Amino acid sequence: MTLSPHRLHVLNRICWTLALAALAIPFIFPFLWMISSGFKTPAEIFGQPSLIPAVWRWQNFVDVFTYQPFARQYFNSLYIALVVTALTLVVSSLAGYALARMRFAGAGLLMVFLLSALMVPEEVTIIPNFFLMRWLGLMDTHMPLILLPVFGPHGIMATFLMRQYFLALPKEVEEAGKMDGLSRFGIWWLIALPMSRPALAAVAIITFLFSWNLFLEPLIFVSSLNLFTLPLALNNFNDPYGLPLWNLQLAATSLAVVPILGIYLIAQRQIIESFAMSGVKG
Amino acid sequence: MVQNVSGESSARTFRVPRLSLKHREALEAWLFVSPIVTGFLIFFVGPLVAVVFYSMTEWNLLTQQATFVGMRNYVDALTQNPDFWHVIRNSLIFAAGLVPLNMALALCLALALSRPFLGVVFFRTIFFAPVITSAVAWAIVWKFLLQGENGFVNQMLAIIGIDGPNWLRDPNWAMVAVIFTRVIKMVGLNMILYIAALQSVPRDYEEAARLEGASGWQIFWSITWPLLAPTTLVIMIITMIGSFKVFDHIYLMTNGGPENGTLVLAFYIYEQGFKFFNTGYASALAMIMFVIVLVLTILQLLLRRKEAS
Repeated sequence: MTLSPHRLHVLNRICWTLALAALAIPFIFPFLWMISSGFKTPAEIFGQPSLIPAVWRWQNFVDVFTYQPFARQYFNSLYIALVVTALTLVVSSLAGYALARMRFAGAGLLMVFLLSALMVPEEVTIIPNFFLMRWLGLMDTHMPLILLPVFGPHGIMATFLMRQYFLALPKEVEEAGKMDGLSRFGIWWLIALPMSRPALAAVAIITFLFSWNLFLEPLIFVSSLNLFTLPLALNNFNDPYGLPLWNLQLAATSLAVVPILGIYLIAQRQIIESFAMSGVKG
Repeated sequence: MVQNVSGESSARTFRVPRLSLKHREALEAWLFVSPIVTGFLIFFVGPLVAVVFYSMTEWNLLTQQATFVGMRNYVDALTQNPDFWHVIRNSLIFAAGLVPLNMALALCLALALSRPFLGVVFFRTIFFAPVITSAVAWAIVWKFLLQGENGFVNQMLAIIGIDGPNWLRDPNWAMVAVIFTRVIKMVGLNMILYIAALQSVPRDYEEAARLEGASGWQIFWSITWPLLAPTTLVIMIITMIGSFKVFDHIYLMTNGGPENGTLVLAFYIYEQGFKFFNTGYASALAMIMFVIVLVLTILQLLLRRKEAS
């Protein structure tokens, strides 16, 4: 029996889809297993593996909040990420606009200077920053977690992303604004920014996630349980011997990850595009 | 930040001499960039200069204060301390495993997902999801899955008769497990960069080649692959730099163990600087990392220039 070309095509398609589905397992399964295990009893965690818990232990999600100040820690992550995002948007769009549109002495040098920062890993400057923050009296506060992302390599990357976008905007509208007597600041605020919504959205998305997922800086600068951010808190559900309390740890991790995944599923196109925009910088 | 923008000086000089248009624009431009420049100088340039000095001092918990020792920390690292070369070796193994695996998988996924078909968005969404997930969450879940006795992975392997190792505690397997889980976490990023590049490849070439009777492989190797070369280069360097910077993943999954088998450079810097408080030595290590990343970046720029000409 020979297959018609159409049948062959369909068969081909099905094979490809099955192969992709198999490949997708290690990408998607950890999330499912995380949520499922977050509902299990400690006994079932180590028992027969099953995706559907035999007993749904909702109590895990209560215990998560009594074991440590998890609600407070959740709020910390949220407000820090929002502050970092807002500050980064202002600072990077101001600087990005000047670098794209204004002529000033030292602009070229400044560009080179800022660009060179993009290749310096945070690990290189973290030791002096530790002493700087201690000297400023900012240890065990949230200030380092706000200041370092905004003014470090991430903020510079955001600046260049904004600059790139401003460069591609038509100049004529801004010229018209100038004719109407707008100041530079007015042009930036009333004309340039409203036209750059896609770039602002991209910067907001990657900055929020960058702050939300930050680990090294909280680890070094924050030591009080009340001031922990989520990444630190998640790693902290341990028994007195330092072994993980898996059901609590996975319940808490689900609480931290699922809202982000939910937003991602709704806005996946926008989010993926934002990363593509920031990835092809320079 | 505030001092910069206000300042009695500008208030005083503003009215008296009328600034020329050019100077006015320059002044405004510097006001626009002043927040980032100020922060950048304080939290980035200053520390970068400081780390050079730190690296030339002996400064630890015992000495309490810094004494200048010249290049001794570097000499120590490169010739005395056996840990250092072990760490560099681990970092190289990590990069040598991660970079090719990540890029090959990213390219395959991009080739499969660069054209529209039923379910393409679904698959792209899945393969990219770990990228937006926090490294901590990812590490916790995989640590759970990869446990020795009751881990899900080993339970599954047992079904087909394989006695799986204690992945993260076995010196022979820890590095493999760490590389594999990191690739799964990050491959989506390179995938979308490849997809973007593939979608900008003109379809005409391919159509023409197909009409000439070229096979899929021939089309890929003689048309698509050469056109992707610039993207491949950029992705390769970004991925290499990323692999040298990996910290959270190692900290959370193996804590550098077992038997220092996954002790990589970024983790070693952290350990020396913030666990043992060998500030001078850790700063020298940070400088060495800086040089490695710098060399990689310059290499990328040179190769890109060559590519362009």
